[in-house]
Amino acid sequence: MSSSTDWPLWEVFVRSRRGLSHTHAGSLHAPDAEMALRNARDLYTRRSEGVSLWVVPSTEITASSPDEKDSFFEPAGDKPYRHPTFYEIPEGVKHL
Amino acid sequence: MAAVTADQTTQGTAGTADEAEAGRLAAFDATVAADDRIEPRDWMPDAYRASLIRQMAQHAHSEIIGMQPEANWISRAPSLRRKAILMAKVQDEAGHGLYLYSAAETLGTSREELLDKLHAGRQRYSSIFNYPTLTWADVGAIGWLVDGAAITNQVPLCRCSYGPYARAMVRICKEESFHQRQGYELLLALSRGTPAQHEMAQDAVNRWWWPSLMMFGPPDDASAHSAQSMAWRIKRHSNDELRRRFVDICVPQAQALGLTLPDPDIRWNEELGQHDYGEIDWTEFQEVLKGNGPCNEQRLTQRRTAHENGAWVREAAAAYADKHAARAGTAGTAAQPVEATA
Amino acid sequence: MTAALALGDDALVLSHRLGEWAGHAPVLEEEVALANIALDLLGQARMLLSFVGDEDQLAYLREERAFRNVQLVEQPNGDFAHTMARQLYFSVYQHLLYEELATGEGEFADLAAKAVKEVAYHRDHAEQWVLRLGDGTTESHERMQLALDALWRYTGELFEPVEGVDVDAHALRDGWLAAVTSVVDRATLALPSGPQAGAWAAGAGRQGLHTEPFGRMLAEMQHLHRSHPGASW
Repeated sequence: MSSSTDWPLWEVFVRSRRGLSHTHAGSLHAPDAEMALRNARDLYTRRSEGVSLWVVPSTEITASSPDEKDSFFEPAGDKPYRHPTFYEIPEGVKHL
Repeated sequence: MAAVTADQTTQGTAGTADEAEAGRLAAFDATVAADDRIEPRDWMPDAYRASLIRQMAQHAHSEIIGMQPEANWISRAPSLRRKAILMAKVQDEAGHGLYLYSAAETLGTSREELLDKLHAGRQRYSSIFNYPTLTWADVGAIGWLVDGAAITNQVPLCRCSYGPYARAMVRICKEESFHQRQGYELLLALSRGTPAQHEMAQDAVNRWWWPSLMMFGPPDDASAHSAQSMAWRIKRHSNDELRRRFVDICVPQAQALGLTLPDPDIRWNEELGQHDYGEIDWTEFQEVLKGNGPCNEQRLTQRRTAHENGAWVREAAAAYADKHAARAGTAGTAAQPVEATA
Repeated sequence: MTAALALGDDALVLSHRLGEWAGHAPVLEEEVALANIALDLLGQARMLLSFVGDEDQLAYLREERAFRNVQLVEQPNGDFAHTMARQLYFSVYQHLLYEELATGEGEFADLAAKAVKEVAYHRDHAEQWVLRLGDGTTESHERMQLALDALWRYTGELFEPVEGVDVDAHALRDGWLAAVTSVVDRATLALPSGPQAGAWAAGAGRQGLHTEPFGRMLAEMQHLHRSHPGASW
């Protein structure tokens, strides 16, 4: 990304239909946000894949590190009481 | 295509470097063995990274060089329906190149760098595109045979161990499903058309059959990268295995087309439950690979010329963006997510 | 009939020209964008020509003098600036025209209502690029100005009345001029001066008089189809 002709990388998120959230579709290059949106439209929705688009400069995304995977995600693994299946309810009780 | 590209600087520091290295390698091997995906920020062996970049770059280059032989016929497509189909197909190839360059960028390279290597002849693209499209029927033969061979190669890549590559391939395979069918339909129309059209179709199949078989790469015992790629699950079937599968698929399809495959040695082998086929001319393959195919020079020159002719356009857009970011006062404005809603 | 031929030929010929960019665009993203526009136009052409007769007979078997497109759309691609100047001039015209047709009750109202959305995007695409090329680098500024100047003489024809196209040509021209002027100003470029049509050429495309490059374009487009009379593809 050094020479003057290199355009920055953008990440593209597509809402495939109303009611769903935007999902990461891929990335592309564009000189600025306006063109990034248009390029995203041409590239990622040309088969009617979307009704709404987000584009974000790739450099603006902060990601968790694989090195922190254990401390980030494992502690959630031993808390089954957060899930409804943890609780026993007598048979025949409804609407719970 | 993942949101965040490789970061090779934040490796663990515990223990000696060797122990840490061994631990990371074990974790990598376990992930691959469990058929799980490697993602951009995961540690990976340098050779795995290099091998992926090489393969993905070659794949991306093949998509964009592959636009040329077919684009050669857009202006002469013999009906408006065919013209629309062909434009959409060539457009898809640009799109697929784009997906693949993006996926490769997650490994810490850039599209610019990869294009420079292509233009300098330091990275390859599929040799098949060094053959010329001499008649309209060649567009059909490319769709049926070249895309057919590509799909046979690509479907297993949807399960390749590197996440961004696998995801790009899922999208590509989905979009390409029309490519092969349109080629087959095109050839069928010719085969059932006038005698001149039929002859045109047969001639195209004669010229494209053997190069298509070569697309699967050298025989297994002569393939430089195969064994390691299979161990890493970048690749899942051997060259010969995929080639044989392709022949088995094509024989009945050719019959239905009313065209013959230019290989007198093709016959059903009852014992093995598959087709035998003739000897491939690997000398031709090596020659085309070395740059001595009919169109090597032409394809690369057109690519370089398009890139060079476009430089002032890319510079202009970059300059405009800089000016307007400066006028807006902050670089921060560019960092806001931007939304468009239909 | 005249109207469907005129608008259909505009779309067909411009689509063909844009198709010539395949494999030559300045950047991959633009390969995809130009192909999208070409495909939209080809779709419009096929619908419009089918009002008149068989689309392939009309596209492939008419002689040059029977084509009714404006001369603007047949001009060769030139550099990217020339293509964008052609896109700006034509898509602003087409957008205003189709908006008008879509609200009317003519036979093209439905078609125009669908096409106007496509054309709005083409117009936006052209505007974005004219802005960037005009206000980009010194080189791009010069190229964009040259392109605007070179194609200016073909724009007068856009406002010649076409039989069956029920719009106010003067209002169309005023709207077009205001829109183009606004883009050109923002792009730090100058609106070309001089006549909007060559004295010999005003309205000639609509009457079947074309420019030299068009004959060559048609020869290439039609040759295969004509080489196999009666064949289906």
